[in-house]
This record gives sequence, structure tokens and C-alpha cells, in this order.
Amino acid sequence: MAATIKYDEVQVGQEIPAVEYQVRRVNLVMYAGASGDFNPIHWNERHAKSVGLPDVIAHGMFTMAEGGRFVTDWAGDPGAVVDYGVRFSSMVVVPDDDQGATITISGVIEDKLEDKRVVVALNARSGDARVLSKARAVVQLS
Amino acid sequence: MALNRDFVGRTFEASAPYEVSRTKIREFAAAIGDDNPIYRDKDAAVAAGHPDVIAPPTFPIVFSLSGAGQGISDPGLGLNYAMVVHGEQRFEYRRPIYAGDELVCTSTITEIRSVGRNEFLTIRSDVTSTSGELVCQTYNTIVERGGAA
Repeated sequence: MAATIKYDEVQVGQEIPAVEYQVRRVNLVMYAGASGDFNPIHWNERHAKSVGLPDVIAHGMFTMAEGGRFVTDWAGDPGAVVDYGVRFSSMVVVPDDDQGATITISGVIEDKLEDKRVVVALNARSGDARVLSKARAVVQLS
Repeated sequence: MALNRDFVGRTFEASAPYEVSRTKIREFAAAIGDDNPIYRDKDAAVAAGHPDVIAPPTFPIVFSLSGAGQGISDPGLGLNYAMVVHGEQRFEYRRPIYAGDELVCTSTITEIRSVGRNEFLTIRSDVTSTSGELVCQTYNTIVERGGAA
């Protein structure tokens, strides 16, 4: 495996520019099928509202997967991600329209470790809410 | 109702190894909107130094809780699944997951704690090859809202 980013060329504090990821209801239906998580709060508005939610919400794991996509697209090789963890701090509400919701993800190099590994801290927001906290990926660079 | 702390330390094994297929990886990549050829095209994966297409970092969620399901649905634990939300998740890799892997998953309830009115339950899953090589460990924390009230 080989990341396209070189360890010697990144600095602590360096920012990775934000990317926007669109989430529509169809994405949640696809994610439910692919992941096996058929909790109706992720596709059934009637059910979501009956349990006190404002509307259908995205799977936390869908948001985490977009964060993973952000990191692997930056690193150049998905196999370079050796550790990835998040806390789900707020929900992503996905309305039933053509726009859906937008998750905006950016990153910063938080630390340089031994063996050419770096810690990438992620910032993921949807609307006014920070939807992931303590989101960190350890990436093996070249 | 508080969760039964006697469940801390209990281990659950998936009933059969999980067979990782190129088809499932492609389906998962499509569902997260990721068109990276390393998830779809064996030649692209080989060119990047992998033996076959690899799985996205969060892919183990597909199978890593299959064994733990029997534990958290045990009435003796006292978990009201309708009140459960996902609190935290982490994947720690020794190597990537490849198409063709047959993975054995053993899950252990490592912690149950109360935070305010909520109950937090953490499950660690050890994912190994059928020959016993550790591939990754996953840490899943679920939150039962109001469970500690």
C-alpha cells in the first residue's frame, strides 16, 4: 500500500480543504441495504417523528463513512488508514426533497507520529451542528 | 432501567466466518457514494499494492456486530433497543480487509456505564482471519437514552 502524500511534506497544523457531501433519502436507503441497518428512523418519517425526532436522520455510520472518504481521498490509498474513530455528537436531519442535507468535512494535521504516521483531526458539520466530535484518523503516509 | 452489569466481560462469537466479496464491497462503496477504483477494480487495487480490491475503512460495521447481537438482545441485559442511538465508533487496523477474506468475529462487552440519564455500553470486536491473524479491532459504543433514569 502506498499513500500519495509524503510524510516529510506535511506539517502539524496544515489544513485539508473542506469538501461537501450531499445526503438524500435515496442515499440512506442504499446505506440501509448495504450495511444491514434497517432502523426505520433512517427511512421512515412517520416512525422518526413518533419517537421524537424532527425528521428522518442519517445513519451515524453514513456520516462516519463520508469522513472516511474525505481521509482516503486525501491520502490517496484507502489502505493507508490504520485507525479511525469518532463520537456522534449531533444528528444529520435529511428532509424529503431533492436537496436533502449537506455534510461539510474539513481536516487538519494534528500530530506527526513515528513510522511516517500522522493524526488527521476531522471537523464535520451539517447546518449549524457539529455532527462528529473527537473524529481522528491515523494515516500511514509514504 | 439500568443495564445489567453482569454482562460486562461476556464474549459472543459470530456463528460463521464472514466471507468478504468484491460484490459486497462494491455495493457498500456505492452506498457511501465513493467511486474510488480501489474498491471496484482489481487491477487498480493491485497497482496500489494490494492483493485484491479492499474494503472502505468503515466496512466492518457490516459484520462486526453479528455475534454481539445475541448478547445485546438478551432480555437479561435489559436494553430497550427503541431508545438506542450510536454513541461512538472506532476501527483499528492491522491490515486492510481484502475481497476473499474469511473473517471470524468475536465480540466482548467491555464496559457499561451511566452518564447522566443515559446508559453507555461498549463492545469490542476482534476480527481475525480463519488462520488466526488479527486483521482489525472495532469499538462500538451504543447509548440507551433515559436508561439510567
